[in-house]
Amino acid sequence: MSALKIKKGSSKHSAYNLRPQFSDVQETHTLAVLVENEPGVLARVIGLFSGRGYNIDSLTVAEVDHQGHLSRITIVTTGTPQVIEQIKAQLGRIVPVHDVHDLTVEGRSVERELALLKVAGLGDKRVEALRLADIFRAQVVDSTLESFVFQLTGTPDKIDAFADLMRPLGLIEIARTGVAALARGT
Amino acid sequence: MTRQMTGAKMVVQALKEQGVDVVFGYPGGAVLPIYDEIFQQNDIRHILVRHEQGAVHAAEGYARSTGKPGVVLVTSGPGATNAVTGLTDALMDSIPLVVLTGQVPTFMIGSDAFQEADTVGITRPCTKHNWLVKETDRLSATIHEAFHVATSGRPGPVLIDIPKDVQFASAAYQPKPKAGSRHYQPQVKGNMEMIEALVEAIETAEKPVLYTGGGVINSGPGASQLLRELAEATGIPVTSTLMGLGAYPASGRNWLGMLGMHGLYEANLAMHGCDLLINVGARFDDRITGRIDAFSPHSRKAHIDIDPSSINKVVKTDYPIVGDVGHVLEDLLKVWKARGRKANREALTKWWKQIDKWRAVDCLKFKQDGPVIRPQHAIARLEALTKGRDRYICTEVGQHQMWAAQYLGFEDPNRWMTSGGLGTMGYGFPASIGVQVAHPDALVINVAGEASWLMNMQEMGTAVQYRLPVKQFILNNERLGMVRQWQELLHGERYSHSWSESLPDFVKLAEAFGAKGIKCDDPADLDDAIMEMLDHDGPVIFDCLVEKHENCFPMIPSGEPHNKMLLGEASTKDAIGTKGAVLV
Repeated sequence: MSALKIKKGSSKHSAYNLRPQFSDVQETHTLAVLVENEPGVLARVIGLFSGRGYNIDSLTVAEVDHQGHLSRITIVTTGTPQVIEQIKAQLGRIVPVHDVHDLTVEGRSVERELALLKVAGLGDKRVEALRLADIFRAQVVDSTLESFVFQLTGTPDKIDAFADLMRPLGLIEIARTGVAALARGT
Repeated sequence: MTRQMTGAKMVVQALKEQGVDVVFGYPGGAVLPIYDEIFQQNDIRHILVRHEQGAVHAAEGYARSTGKPGVVLVTSGPGATNAVTGLTDALMDSIPLVVLTGQVPTFMIGSDAFQEADTVGITRPCTKHNWLVKETDRLSATIHEAFHVATSGRPGPVLIDIPKDVQFASAAYQPKPKAGSRHYQPQVKGNMEMIEALVEAIETAEKPVLYTGGGVINSGPGASQLLRELAEATGIPVTSTLMGLGAYPASGRNWLGMLGMHGLYEANLAMHGCDLLINVGARFDDRITGRIDAFSPHSRKAHIDIDPSSINKVVKTDYPIVGDVGHVLEDLLKVWKARGRKANREALTKWWKQIDKWRAVDCLKFKQDGPVIRPQHAIARLEALTKGRDRYICTEVGQHQMWAAQYLGFEDPNRWMTSGGLGTMGYGFPASIGVQVAHPDALVINVAGEASWLMNMQEMGTAVQYRLPVKQFILNNERLGMVRQWQELLHGERYSHSWSESLPDFVKLAEAFGAKGIKCDDPADLDDAIMEMLDHDGPVIFDCLVEKHENCFPMIPSGEPHNKMLLGEASTKDAIGTKGAVLV
């Protein structure tokens, strides 16, 4: 566990941290969930969200510790503070869940997403797309005479902004990974 | 030393090592190897039910009345899907169960094979955890893990899906691992600072109430003992949810009776008027709270619960304590004693005076007059004629369930088996079978309505086959009484499909199964008839014909707070507003 640089979890004590009043302000939180990499574990997590009516804005999952059979699920979710606390507590009681971290409240964190964007066009539009890609530090990973595939890494906002700019320039397809996130510092 | 054995033998071996003495089940193609092993041994008794739902409810009855996990064995496909209602019921009421299902062989999974169903997929939301075991060498360890998960923390049902080829193949048997070696270890000790803060609040509270639930029962008899000690020592009144009845004795001097939608007047008004509400192992269910924004408006709230997700889920808590009820109450009593056993005695005396005024309303009073048996009277007589006996009571779901909770007194935990969270009609009869299997010499009564009872009536076969002398006390109003009551109060007395025509003759039905049937429709005969039922050494169906249009009171209408409860027929006009009408 220590190899993953994760502080001892908040899941078991989350009930103590609830804010003073049930507020109806919607907040977006990024949760890192460390799970046993066993069959069906993702279905349990997703089923919890659909079954109890919680939102999933984005979700990424991959094995992070092959020997320890651990996967890390990063979930971006939106809800009132009470709902966010419930989500954390409900995640915490799924048997194969080892730890739940709310990166939004546990100090600063970095969040990154990777996107692939296919932009087709000719002439000025093609030049402009390439120029903007340079500004955004997007890489060209595939190119034909009529199209580019750009690879862009950054915050979801940055990817949104780039996609918005590409739309009038011939954006025809986009694939995004969803957010991966880590707490800053040690 | 590890031993090689088949998966089927491993199942029986692991169950024995876990101390299982009874399995409730129904065979089928995908579990035949396990049934073959059961045939060849004598340590584990198998009870053949008549429907898999019955097996799960019977195991629930067994579990609730013993504190041990109930074990179920059913086949793949329909065997597993029939178990789903029971699993959901056990999940809602936190009942430890280990359900073993057969599955088609691993190489046929996903091919829509005969009697194939995605059992782990279907049961994922209605179990605490489940496993599909694809290798025989994982099987015994998984069964041991399953018992650990089912019984640790907040108990619940777990399911293990075992493909037929895994049952046939051989591997090394893994014995039960030592305690504490697993990842899943819920917190049982409460936060001491918070316990200290709660003790301080108890010392100064003027109008405290203990609101106890099924968590006290689940924590074991020791927790009930501690609760009794706490209540007696501090003088705090005790009310309980449906699930928690028996944790504090009905004859105890601090007992207020059940609270909630059909709870007692004094219990609900105490909840509404208190200044310190101590929730011990309950979950602020909507049957308890009524309208949330008007629920116990003047109190600070403490909540002791082993499940962190229960805290602040519905009601905001001032003293949240995550931990096992037994452990927390023990610490709480220790701290309270160490600080000098203080309580605000003067204020408590005033509080009890107020409660006595509410008690004087006598909200459960009724008059047995006329030639028809009132259902309340039937239960009151059952209470009078069985009082003092160590009896186990099960119920189905509906009006009779609420009357049983109101008019029967429970002195000890694990004596009351009822479907609380899910409200499963058809629960009580198979549950009573499970209770009787666990306690062969005890008096086991299922208080039922005729409609609920018919939902699992096939289990008469089980009761007769195993000579289980369960008493089926059916309050027969030829109606779905609770549905009819809501239609009267809420839907302009349009009784849409809430009555049954062509009910069976219950006496003949009992006789057809080889059991005894008793019919009673005259208040004058009631006592003799009940005694005849109690004295008969065998299963009895008691058909008690009662008043058909009786409503269950007191009642907090949907969408109303505790202090707006209805006490009787006169108060029901326009009692439920349009907002309340959408609630259930």
